[in-house]
Amino acid sequence: MKYLEEFQNPVLARRLLDEIHAVTTRPWALMEVCGGQTHSIIRHGIDQLLPEQVELIHGPGCPVCVTPLETIDKALEIASRPGVIFCSFGDMLRVPGTDRDLFQVRSQGGDVRVVYSPLDALRIAQQNPEREVVFFGIGFETTAPPNAMTVYQAQKLGVKNFSMLVSHVRVPPAIEGLMTSPDCRVQAFLAAGHVCSVMGTEEYPELAERFKVPIVVTGFEPLDILEGVRRAVLQLERGEHRVDNAYARVVRPEGNPAARQMLADVFEVTDRPWRGIGTIPASGWRLSERYRAFDAEHRFDVGDIATVEPAACRAGEVLQGLLKPHECEAFGTTCTPRTPLGATMVSSEGACAAYYLYRRLGGTSSAASAAPATSAATGKEASPVG
Amino acid sequence: MCLAVPGKVMSIEEKEGTRMAVVDFGGVVKDVCLEYLPDLQVGEYTIVHVGFALQRLDEESARQTLALFEGLGLLEEEFGDQWELAAKAAGADQPADRPADEPGAKEARA
Repeated sequence: MKYLEEFQNPVLARRLLDEIHAVTTRPWALMEVCGGQTHSIIRHGIDQLLPEQVELIHGPGCPVCVTPLETIDKALEIASRPGVIFCSFGDMLRVPGTDRDLFQVRSQGGDVRVVYSPLDALRIAQQNPEREVVFFGIGFETTAPPNAMTVYQAQKLGVKNFSMLVSHVRVPPAIEGLMTSPDCRVQAFLAAGHVCSVMGTEEYPELAERFKVPIVVTGFEPLDILEGVRRAVLQLERGEHRVDNAYARVVRPEGNPAARQMLADVFEVTDRPWRGIGTIPASGWRLSERYRAFDAEHRFDVGDIATVEPAACRAGEVLQGLLKPHECEAFGTTCTPRTPLGATMVSSEGACAAYYLYRRLGGTSSAASAAPATSAATGKEASPVG
Repeated sequence: MCLAVPGKVMSIEEKEGTRMAVVDFGGVVKDVCLEYLPDLQVGEYTIVHVGFALQRLDEESARQTLALFEGLGLLEEEFGDQWELAAKAAGADQPADRPADEPGAKEARA
């Protein structure tokens, strides 16, 4: 177990693993919802340190990956227009639309800018009153409150040349969608810690009860994930299905009430298509009526957009946990971080990118152990150790 | 994208009616909005996502997480030059003539 050496506390990691091995008597399938957790799991080889009977299924929690192709194409269309400054987080730059990405739009002369915070985009709008400044507002419940605050501020400050292309998604309806799918094998969930830092845990008891699944709020660090798995397996072995918080240093049951209040004010729940998965009822947020003036989809007539997904891309199955990335025929051949067919291969939280960076040569975790600290989002090459 | 990074509140001031702080993430310093944690004080630690403080964190947890993120290259991913990162991944040159006022450009390190 040499891989344990890279855990911050190898002794604690060993103890958690020993307990998981000791209590596991049957096969169990756990889904980690968040793409950040997926990367941590693959990078550290956590799935390979667990008992063979404990399978980790990678969930749809990569916001970049599930943003609908139609929305990406709208973003590309708006970003290409003269007079527009299009602002985005960096991880959207290389997400493939039907025929190009934001990186290419910029190379072709579009004014695409990367911002660290949505408030930076608002500041750019204030500094460029003669231009239309559009921010690409995507993400789960963690990112929605910052974006909501930015729209609120735009209205308060009367920044009329600012708008947002909104495609927010919510975790609980996605869990419901997965659990009602006939193909579902998930028996327990590791819920996304930072989503819960905003939303708390109040949405989950009903889901745990209805679908008889343990839901364990889990952090992102290797030890956090081991602890989340340990608690989930313990519940499964005991036949329990409770909501448990294994990330209490960050997650409070009520979440962040001020952020939740702002979400309720600025956004309203809507049905949302998820790329590769399809429409999930009530799984998204859009700007509420009071803030509709800041909705880029209303401000810009982007007309009918004909979207085309590459036939070879099976990202939808990967996002639903039905296919592991390396089981896709295109993986590592026609689809790489340099020439991605789908968003799951470029996003820093995409499962395909994680497997490509850490697993593509031989399927052991030694690449993760031996590789220098590389940045997943950059596509910097991991050491080819297999 | 849902990654939230721990940082230490260095100073607090009102800007255009909004409570803002300067937060230090192990050497990288950023302006952070405190509207969702208005009672956060100078010297306290918080987890920050896209420029917003979302929850308090104790100092020891914050230091451990920061050390881990630094070692994994996650701080570079979060705060580094995003065009450079995207260009490397694409195997392409960076787009030329980037505006000087783009906040995604290299940040000063403290």
